[in-house]
Amino acid sequence: MSNRINTHRFRALKSGLWSLVLALLVSAGPASAELLIRITEGADAAIPLSVVPFAESGAMPAGDNVSTIIRDDLAMSGEFRPLPPEKMLSLPSKGDEVFFRDWRMLGQRYVLVGQMQREGDRVSARYELFDVNRESRLLGETASAPVSNIRTLAHHISDKVYEAITGVPGAFSTRLAYVTLQNVNGKPLYKLQVSDVDGKRARIRLDSREPILSPAWSPDGKQLAYVSFESSKPAIYLHELSSGKRTRIAEFKGLNSAPAWSPDGRSLLLTLSKDGNAEIYKMDIASRSLKRLTNHWSIDTEATWDHRGRGIFFTSDRSGGPQVYYMESEGAEPRRITFGSRYNARPRPSADGKYVYYVHQREGAFHIARTNLETGEETVLTRTKLDESPSVSPNGRMLIYATQQNGQSVLTVISADGGANYTLPASEGDVRDPAWSPISR
Amino acid sequence: MNISMKQKAVAMVFSLGLMAGCSSTGETVDEGYTDTAASGQDGSTVYGGTDDGGISSGQLSAEERQAAQERAEMEAMRQITTFYFDFDTSEIKPEARDVLVAHAKFLAANPSQQVRLEGHGDERGTKEYNLALGERRANAVERFLIVNGASRGQIETVSYGEEKPAVMGSTDSAWAQNRRVELIFQ
Repeated sequence: MSNRINTHRFRALKSGLWSLVLALLVSAGPASAELLIRITEGADAAIPLSVVPFAESGAMPAGDNVSTIIRDDLAMSGEFRPLPPEKMLSLPSKGDEVFFRDWRMLGQRYVLVGQMQREGDRVSARYELFDVNRESRLLGETASAPVSNIRTLAHHISDKVYEAITGVPGAFSTRLAYVTLQNVNGKPLYKLQVSDVDGKRARIRLDSREPILSPAWSPDGKQLAYVSFESSKPAIYLHELSSGKRTRIAEFKGLNSAPAWSPDGRSLLLTLSKDGNAEIYKMDIASRSLKRLTNHWSIDTEATWDHRGRGIFFTSDRSGGPQVYYMESEGAEPRRITFGSRYNARPRPSADGKYVYYVHQREGAFHIARTNLETGEETVLTRTKLDESPSVSPNGRMLIYATQQNGQSVLTVISADGGANYTLPASEGDVRDPAWSPISR
Repeated sequence: MNISMKQKAVAMVFSLGLMAGCSSTGETVDEGYTDTAASGQDGSTVYGGTDDGGISSGQLSAEERQAAQERAEMEAMRQITTFYFDFDTSEIKPEARDVLVAHAKFLAANPSQQVRLEGHGDERGTKEYNLALGERRANAVERFLIVNGASRGQIETVSYGEEKPAVMGSTDSAWAQNRRVELIFQ
């Protein structure tokens, strides 16, 4: 069975269709529904929007309902406030059934209607998005997917709706990589997992009695690089998700850590201590050749390329404590970026290059903060206290990080300016080290 | 339980340190002895107490007696295998030095003996920085052992950063016990 989703845009009911095809990665490995979702706070300025339950013809898979998933996606973004279906005055499923006056009365800005149809092994959705104030149609498309991938279809529609309204691509079809830690028979068990952004459809990619950390997505979303202690020492592995094929690419004496991909996918930034102490190197993946980028007695680590793929942000304690530095080009003299407190580490740039996000200590607590790279202004984004591992969504609108809640390590998603958030706790044990995937094309 | 364990260990290191220092001057000091033994969760055990190894002192010369006493003291100190650090530092604490000297002398006397130094940090801050910090702590202990007689080939270092806490929890006490280097003799 094909694991593709097909989408068609229709201008009117009988207009000619054109299609674009999205290749989807096949999920492999055992299923593991371990993350729960808890929305803790909505954004103040969330846009009121109605996702009307889609009409259905033919047998639909039990459990997952497309319009419910879309509603949850849009609510999770913090930018929308979906109307509960029981408050709707009517349940239109196509454009000519939408009476704008009803939706205006309910204070709605946008209405999404649709119809689901079963076609053999596939399910198709025909959906239309309306702007209530302008009484105009913003979207009219069909999309289809295998019955088993109904969640993929729903996330795809969420992306389209999000982009039609905000002008920014949605990130609901992206995935999260993270590490869970459970105590099994008195011993730790680490699992590297990949799930949808809402925590659903989790698959275990690797489990180990020894630590796994720092997963990093390749720019095409097909591979992960990470650190695993499975050989009793830290080593860096590349892991192809579709096949499960793994390659150990760095196992030098000392540290082998903090992998980060170049935007072209050809090289990795790594932290190695083979030459004495923690330094940043660039490894060409094909040839395995190394180029050393830092040379200092201090700790240099947690490197990441900037949004253009030219400069490099990293953590160094050359000033006495960990701070974020920026190297304009490979090997250039680093410039210090953070000054707001004694501990600022693990930088991650925004997709537009305007901000850098990092872990920031203030009054004994560890938060996520960002600095505006043009003005130097620093903003603390979180109120939680043991925060680490920030990872920015590929559309730059959200950020995921690890923190503690009731003695348990959880993942929290916030909007990139610090607004709305939701948490993804593991059903048991800890979940940490989140990495937000790129948008797969 | 764990904090009292640590306090005992520190007290032991300190008192044994005094003993070792005094013995080298040839004086006889008894205040250094205590009668405690405590088992740690991590398998390390701290011993104290008068330990003459079953030797009847009446049959030995003063020099022999002193040598046996020193051996016993070194033996007792070597039972301490975990060393603690302050936040974001890799500085060996003064009270750890005599115990590490005992370990170094033992390694020097037993060239085939291998030791693995595992460096750790507390959960605060970032994982990768803590990995580097754990390595820096293990390296500090390695250098100290080498300066005091161990050879580089006997020592292997690895850092686990914040990944393997000795004690769970987010308290000052838990953090203090997790910022450590463990010596694992192999």
